[in-house]
Amino acid sequence: MDHAAVPGFVERKDAYGETTIVVERERLVEAALHLRDELGFNFLADVAAADYLGWGASGVAGYWGSPPPSEQTREWTPPARDLNAPGSWGLQRVPEPKPKRFSVSYHLLALGPTPRRIRLQVWCDDGEPVSSVVEVWPTADWHEREAWDLMGIAIEGHPNLARILMDDDWEGHPLRKDYPLGGEPVRFSDEE
Amino acid sequence: MAVAARPPLAAGPPVYEGTRIPRPIPTVLQVDPALREEGDVLEVNFGPNHPSTHGVLRLVLDLNGERVVGLKAVIGYLHTGFEKNMEAKTYWKAITYAPRMDYVAFQANEYGFVAAIEKLLGIDVPPKAVWMRTLLLELNRIHSHLVWLGTGALELGAISMFWYCFRERDAILDLFEMVCGFRMHTRYFQAGGLAEDIPIGFYEECQKFCDVMPERIDEYEAILDQQAIFLARTQGIGLLAADDAIALAQSGPVLRASGVDWDIRKNEPYLAYGDVDFNVPVYTHGDVYDRYRVRIEEMRESVRIVQQCLDGMPDGPWTSDNRKVVLPPRHELHTSMESLIHHFKLVTEGYRVPEGEVYVAIESPRGEFGCYLVSDGGPRPWRVKFRAPSYVVLEATATVMSDALVADLIAIVGSLDNVMGEADR
Repeated sequence: MDHAAVPGFVERKDAYGETTIVVERERLVEAALHLRDELGFNFLADVAAADYLGWGASGVAGYWGSPPPSEQTREWTPPARDLNAPGSWGLQRVPEPKPKRFSVSYHLLALGPTPRRIRLQVWCDDGEPVSSVVEVWPTADWHEREAWDLMGIAIEGHPNLARILMDDDWEGHPLRKDYPLGGEPVRFSDEE
Repeated sequence: MAVAARPPLAAGPPVYEGTRIPRPIPTVLQVDPALREEGDVLEVNFGPNHPSTHGVLRLVLDLNGERVVGLKAVIGYLHTGFEKNMEAKTYWKAITYAPRMDYVAFQANEYGFVAAIEKLLGIDVPPKAVWMRTLLLELNRIHSHLVWLGTGALELGAISMFWYCFRERDAILDLFEMVCGFRMHTRYFQAGGLAEDIPIGFYEECQKFCDVMPERIDEYEAILDQQAIFLARTQGIGLLAADDAIALAQSGPVLRASGVDWDIRKNEPYLAYGDVDFNVPVYTHGDVYDRYRVRIEEMRESVRIVQQCLDGMPDGPWTSDNRKVVLPPRHELHTSMESLIHHFKLVTEGYRVPEGEVYVAIESPRGEFGCYLVSDGGPRPWRVKFRAPSYVVLEATATVMSDALVADLIAIVGSLDNVMGEADR
C-alpha cells in the first residue's frame, strides 16, 4: 500500500507488526479522508493521546538512579539514565526523543474480509490545535472529548468539546505527566 | 453526513434507509426547535442513580408526551483514573487494575492488557497457557452474557430469568475460584502465561458445567422466546443499521446484530481461536431482539469452544521459563542464588519492557477491547489507554433512541450491554 500518497505524510514506522503513519498536524482531516475513502479504513477503533513530557529524563518511569538534584534538571538531557545499572538487562537505554510533547494516535481498522489495521499519528505541543475528525468518523466525538478532558489536546472544530469524564468545572488535565497523582487536598490533614 | 456510501458488509436488506446519526453532534439527539417553541417538551433526568442504568449512567431526556425527542448521555460518575494509576505501578502490579474496570468481563480486560505487554516483550507463551486462557475467556463470555441476560430480562419484568442466569453464573464463578482462589478480578493471567498451574479437579468440574449448560440455554430460550410480552418489548425497537454501526465504531454483539459479520476471534485470530471450531452468529434486524439472539447464540458457541479446549488441552508448562519476566519456582529459591536474585529483582523492581507502542484488540464479550500501551523501556508503563467497548457503545444511544418511546428506553439501553466501570475507567 502506498502510504506516501497520504496527504501531509511525514514518515512511516513499522514496529511490533504495526504500521504507524505520521502526518502533519495541519493536514490531519485530509489524511483521514484519504485513509477512509481511498484505502478503506472505515472503522475508527480508538483515539489515544499520550504525553511525553520528561520522556527519557530522570525521575520518570523506568529510572532507577538517584533522584534529580533539583526541579530545574527535569528537562531532557541525554543521557539522563545510568545505562549500566544492575538489572537493566540490556533493555535500558535512553529512549528515542520525540518530536513534540503530545502524540494523538488514531487506531484505524479496515473492516472487511481482509482486515488491516493502521495507526495514524499527529504530534502537537501544548495548545497547538488538532483538527477534529468527527465529520470523518462520527465515533471520534467522545474520544476527542476524552483527549481534551484528560490530556488537554486542543481539538479544533469539534461540535461539542466539553469535559466528559471529569466534572465540568474541573481544572487541569489529569493524564498529563505534570499533573500529580495524589488526590485532592483534604482539610485538617496537615498543620491545620 | 460525511460518511460516504460504500459497498455493504451486511447481509439482508438495510434496517432503515440512510443514516440516523444525529447532526451536528453524533452522540446528542437534539430537540427540534419548532417543537420546543410549542413548549410541550419535558426534560427528565434518567439516572445517574437508577437501577436500570447498569452503574451510574445519566441520560438527559427531552420528552414530548411519551416520545423521546432529545437525548444526551452523561458519563464520568465512576471515573477512577485507572490509566493514571497504572502509570505509577510496575507492570505486574498494573495487571490487577485492568480487570477491575469491567467487573463483569474481568478476564477479557486482564488478557487485553497482558497481551499488550507480551507483544512488547516478544515473549513466548506455552501452549497450555494459551489454551487455558482461551477456555477462561470463553467462560467469562458466558458469565458476562448471563449477567446481561438476567438483568436485562429482569428490567423487562421477567424476574425468574434473573435467578436462573445467576445460578449458572455462580457455577462459573466457582470455577474461577477453583482456578485462582478468587471469584472475580482473578489476576490469573500474567506476562508469560498463567499465575498458577491448573488445579486438580478443574477439568472434571468444568466438564460438568459444559454438560449442563446447553440445556440451560434451551431453558432460557423456552422462557423468553415464547413470551409475548418479551417479544413485543424487544422486537423492532432500538434500530441500528450496519453503516451507522460501523460509522459509530460499534463492535461485538451490537455490530453483529446489525448484520455485520465481524468477530476479532474469527477475523484476526489470537490465542487458540484459530484452532477451534465455532460459528459467529450474525443477525440482520439490528433491534433489541437480535442483540439478545446474538448473545444467546454466542453462549452456545462459547460452550462449544470451552469443550474443545477441555478436549484439546495440551500438557506441559503453564508459564514461560523466561526468568527475566516470570518468577522462578518457589523451591528454587532455597538452592539457587540466581533464582533468588531474579525473584528479588522481579518483586522489587519489576521487569523491563522494551521501548515502543502497541495497540492490541481482542473480542471481549462487549466487543472490541483495545489496549494502547506505550513503554519507554522501563518497568512501569508510560501510557496505558483502553478502548473500552462500553464507552463506545454509549455513543450510539442517541442513534438507537431516535424516535423511541420512553417505555422502550430501558430495553434499548439495556440491550447495548454497557458496564459503567469500563466506560468511565
